[in-house]
Amino acid sequence: MKILVFVNHVPDTETKVKIGADGKLIDPAGVNYMLNPYDEFAVEEALKTRQSFGGEVVVVSLGGEANKETLRKALAMGCDKAVLLKDSAVRDSFAVAQSLAEYAKEYGAEIIFGGKQSIDYDDAQVGGLVAELLGWSSVSVVVKLEIKDGNIIAEREIEGGHEIVHAKLPAVIMAQKGLNEPRYPSLKGIMDAKRKPIEEKPASAAEIRVEVSAMRNPPAKASGKIVGTDASAAAELVRLLHEEAKVI
Amino acid sequence: MKILAFAEQRNGQFKKVAFEVVKAAKTVADQLHAEVVALVVGNNITSIAGQLGGYGASKVVVVEDAKLELYSTTAYAKVIADIAKTESAEVLLLPASAMGKDVAPRVAVKLNAGLAVDCTALSVNGGTITATRPVYAGKGLVDVAIKTQTKIFSLRPNVFTAGNPSGATAAIEAKKVGLNDDDFSVAVKEVRQSSGKKDVAEADIIVSGGRGLKGPENFKLIEDLAGSLNAAVGASRAVVDAGWRPHDEQVGQTGKTVSPSLYVAVAISGAVQHLAGMSSSKYIVAINKDKDAPIFTVADYGIVGDAFEVVPALTTEIKKLLGK
Ligand SMILES: Cc1cc2nc3c(=O)[nH]c(=O)nc-3n(C[C@H](O)[C@H](O)[C@H](O)COP(=O)(O)OP(=O)(O)OC[C@H]3O[C@@H](n4cnc5c(N)ncnc54)[C@H](O)[C@@H]3O)c2cc1C
Ligand SMILES: Nc1ncnc2c1ncn2[C@@H]1O[C@H](COP(=O)(O)O)[C@@H](O)[C@H]1O
Repeated sequence: MKILVFVNHVPDTETKVKIGADGKLIDPAGVNYMLNPYDEFAVEEALKTRQSFGGEVVVVSLGGEANKETLRKALAMGCDKAVLLKDSAVRDSFAVAQSLAEYAKEYGAEIIFGGKQSIDYDDAQVGGLVAELLGWSSVSVVVKLEIKDGNIIAEREIEGGHEIVHAKLPAVIMAQKGLNEPRYPSLKGIMDAKRKPIEEKPASAAEIRVEVSAMRNPPAKASGKIVGTDASAAAELVRLLHEEAKVI
Repeated sequence: MKILAFAEQRNGQFKKVAFEVVKAAKTVADQLHAEVVALVVGNNITSIAGQLGGYGASKVVVVEDAKLELYSTTAYAKVIADIAKTESAEVLLLPASAMGKDVAPRVAVKLNAGLAVDCTALSVNGGTITATRPVYAGKGLVDVAIKTQTKIFSLRPNVFTAGNPSGATAAIEAKKVGLNDDDFSVAVKEVRQSSGKKDVAEADIIVSGGRGLKGPENFKLIEDLAGSLNAAVGASRAVVDAGWRPHDEQVGQTGKTVSPSLYVAVAISGAVQHLAGMSSSKYIVAINKDKDAPIFTVADYGIVGDAFEVVPALTTEIKKLLGK
């Protein structure tokens, strides 16, 4: 099977967001970037799918030179080939999805894995967009997956429960935490990844539909009230929640 | 001009967010001199459609079909896009719920529209809608404008207020959308509700516990407090990773983002990744024995003390207040 996996290169979760000079983007100074955490589940599922059906796993990322670090991590986990769709300009999800979909077609992918969402813009869009652009099935927020005879049975997380979804291949699967336990790259994997080439191609041009006019930090919270230092403060806390905050 | 508001229902009942979306559409429509058309998709739903008039819909389009009883990504996307076209809606509002997030990108492609997801505010300036949305798990906010003719916004649940319904009524219009087997290439076959459990993503009050509770058995304290408040139980990643609690309770950057009216954090230190998921809650209460725990920097009220003593006392006081 020709398996494609999308990985994004994002600021790590510890990042303190400082607004850049243009007032629209994060200031990248001092920020550590990493493989988007949900995409680790996507890579793992792609590798498991290769185990079951054979074939190869190609990992693709759209972005600048720095995304190679994330591609190397995916190679170290066991992906066969890496492709960088190069573009350092700011894109919205739609523009990202268009180029990824074009690449998927060109490669002849039969199944695509991605993460539930990128933890930078928290969009959770790319999977659905790519699937619709390709005319494929898509299942988002997937915590369980079975592939049988060209069909998919997936479980996805919804409010207060799970949905059991049946879908036809080809499909885009967006992974949620819980789908699997991502493997750690082995030492050999890391060494091999250094030698595997990363194919580079310019990302196709795409229209920007959603424009950011300003970015800011959320208003800081005024410091709260310490109601007490032991169980005797419980009554006063309940009074405040009832009379002052009016939430109970 | 028309604004189409997708009113999510499950099992023949509107989700609370459906009213929020219709009301938000009405607020925007008033500033654009536009009209709100609400859309309800499902089976056995005609009887509930009228409720949306009270939130500002002048017309409710009902697409009723036994095959639409359970959600289908592909079929719902087709229905929503078709109705948006026949109504010539230029703006489409959906909830940023599990269903809304899943269907919105597919609708965006069908309508060749720009999509801004998980918005927490919408404002209108000289005929242009600006949406505000959290990025970096709430550590940043961006203002965005959509450039395409058709614009889609999804709204974070629990943020926009629906208020009480007015006495206004809406015209109900039944519509058919032709659907064949191919339109159901992705379809839900079964919904497994976690038994009677409230979900953190929808709850108005959440009581969350962290590693300071020492073991899974002590979550009884959290469950009792949550029970007294009719609240959902949440958890930090530390306790989910330890297997004390299921993943669907995890709040934070790699868990759920929540904005309840009250969030009670018990024995949770308040790591940035946890704060990212809950700092937009309206009121935050922290109970922690360490006065320097970062959770106190976002708390409105705090008790610096031992959770094993404070939480039972709190449960007792709440029961007293609510007469339970
Ligand atoms: C990529 C990544 C993603 C992450 N995503 C998330 C996420 O989504 N959600 C999340 O929560 N975390 C997330 N984390 C983990 C996060 O960094 C913290 O490790 C985690 O939130 C800590 O959980 P905790 O507060 O329960 O535990 P701790 O940090 O160990 O805190 C326990 C607290 O309990 C207090 N305590 C101890 N005993 C008592 C007592 N008897 N009474 C009262 N208080 C007591 C202590 O003072 C302490 O403050 C993520 C981390 C990474 C690297
Ligand atoms: N620039 C990118 N390059 C490759 N994959 C991406 C990119 N952006 C998003 N994705 C994939 O799409 C998923 C959802 O991203 P998003 O819609 O941006 O939240 C991510 O988890 C990735 O798998």
